[in-house]
Amino acid sequence: MRSDGKCPFWLKFVAFGGIFFLHFPIIVIAAYAFNTEESAFSFPLQGFTLKWFAAAFARQDILDAITLSLKVASITTAAAIVLGTMAAAALYRRSFFGKETITLIFILPIALPGIITGIALLSAFRMAGWDLNFWTIVAGHTTFCVVVVYNNVIARFRRTSQNLIEASMDLGADGMQTFFHIILPNIATALLAGGVLAFALSFDEIIVTTFTAGPERTLPIWLLNQLTRPRDVPITNVVALVVMMATLIPILCAYYMTRGKESIEGSGK
Amino acid sequence: MRAVQSLDPGLHRHHGRPLNVEMVVAVELNTVSRFYGEVRALDHISATIGEGEFFSMLGPSGSGKTTCLRLIAGFEQPTTGSILIHGKDATGVPPYERDVNTVFQDYALFPHMTNLENIEYGLKVKGVAKTERKQRAQEALAMVALPDLGKRKPWQLSGGQRQRIALARALVNRPRVLLLDEPLGALDLKLREQMQVELKALQRKLGITFIYVTHDQGEALSMSDRVAVFNAGRLEQIDTPQNLYMRPSTVFVANFVGTSNVVEGRPALDISGQPHSFSIRPEHISFVQGPPTPETIHISGRLVDIQYYGAHSRYEVEIAGSLLFSVQLASESSAQDILPRVGDEVMIGWSRRAMVHLGDL
Repeated sequence: MRSDGKCPFWLKFVAFGGIFFLHFPIIVIAAYAFNTEESAFSFPLQGFTLKWFAAAFARQDILDAITLSLKVASITTAAAIVLGTMAAAALYRRSFFGKETITLIFILPIALPGIITGIALLSAFRMAGWDLNFWTIVAGHTTFCVVVVYNNVIARFRRTSQNLIEASMDLGADGMQTFFHIILPNIATALLAGGVLAFALSFDEIIVTTFTAGPERTLPIWLLNQLTRPRDVPITNVVALVVMMATLIPILCAYYMTRGKESIEGSGK
Repeated sequence: MRAVQSLDPGLHRHHGRPLNVEMVVAVELNTVSRFYGEVRALDHISATIGEGEFFSMLGPSGSGKTTCLRLIAGFEQPTTGSILIHGKDATGVPPYERDVNTVFQDYALFPHMTNLENIEYGLKVKGVAKTERKQRAQEALAMVALPDLGKRKPWQLSGGQRQRIALARALVNRPRVLLLDEPLGALDLKLREQMQVELKALQRKLGITFIYVTHDQGEALSMSDRVAVFNAGRLEQIDTPQNLYMRPSTVFVANFVGTSNVVEGRPALDISGQPHSFSIRPEHISFVQGPPTPETIHISGRLVDIQYYGAHSRYEVEIAGSLLFSVQLASESSAQDILPRVGDEVMIGWSRRAMVHLGDL
């Protein structure tokens, strides 16, 4: 349904006001990353400079945090893609006793508050006697990133004709050949979308990370610590901008890539 | 190897082909059952399909005919019984190790491949060299009369064209048995009739065994050497199309294959004087006058409906206020003035020889 273009002024005001309210803080952070003034959020902006970018990327603690977050996000994404795909493949077709429960358990980590997941993981790691390190962060992130891949892939499986797999087997392809020639190309865009989303989720995750990181400092944790240091505000802004770009761009890419693909597939049905 | 002659002496007699005693068995089903929990999708089916035979499996939906096809293809395993393909026990053999190929009801073409890649696929996974498989795929495209459509994707084709690509994709592997699961079900009537003729011609030319699943009795009768009629997971009758139509062995077959007037129970005894259920085809009944001879049966009733079909008309006659008989007459066979009108008291009659007995009362 579309309105004819006329709407009362107050409705426009409220709508744009809402958008402004949501995005104003982001605009502030982006703008002040280029501000010449050092200390705090002084108004108006004093001048334009890129020196904070240079300063930020010269600091070893920032580079370490970015590297760690990229590594965690990459490995988490890889694990989520493998586990999520396998879970979807196992659950989409067969019905068996307890299937609903298993599905619920898979989806639960994304619905649970991060603090619950974090505490639960922390106590689990303690009980198992594991030290908190890089791999405990990856494990924590993987719990909720699997769901994202799983949801994307299972939706694609449901739309893919079961006959395609049978046709492939019928034509002489064994399980591996069928997977690489038929299943993988059919779920590729779903994996891309799920993978990118998983990457973004992992890259800026903080609550679960707080409990599972131990001595490691991912980028979001570094940012949180910065709040107590007003002198570094412009550098913090620069890093925040980097985080935003690192998560926003892949998500947008995945959105447009999978959206274009979908319309083509639909016309083939 | 066993000859099928003993099983069905009528095989091929009606098709001008000499009965070949040496004929090889392509597929043999030995008391095959397939249960899904409590549901008996297939219940003790036995059948022998000869090499080079056009064998149809006919039945309403849910009768087990598709399940039977999937068991032969290897997509499912029988709960009990065994399946022999070319004399070898196929139990536990996966689909990709069977010398059979399938044409699927929804074609199941791979959407991310071109038509040519679809056709090449079977050869590719079996490791056939690239030049040979390109050539064979082109030949297969030519065989289904679509030589120029190899570079397109399946979704760019019409339903009929997709059907041909699916056929080429299966035949390029040179299977000894081709399984077809309602392959013409999604096509419109004209195209379907054209494809029936082409499929039959192709089967004769290649000499491959065709096992053809359909719910369309006209299709089964017109194409097949033999037809197996399925009902509720059981086999009702395996026979040539002629015998199936003229000599149905059960009430179900008489009703499902063509149209028939089936009379059971007390009315059957009253009408024929014999303690059998019987069926009589509408085209074997006519309007009569006078007393019956020992070879004929006459009964009177009231004409309640006339349906005009162009080449023929169908008259519904109500007997004794409850039984309804269909009478079929060629449209030009009778002059207009002697034909009864709706509401008239009429007498219909048929020869006892045209009746088929369907079991004792």
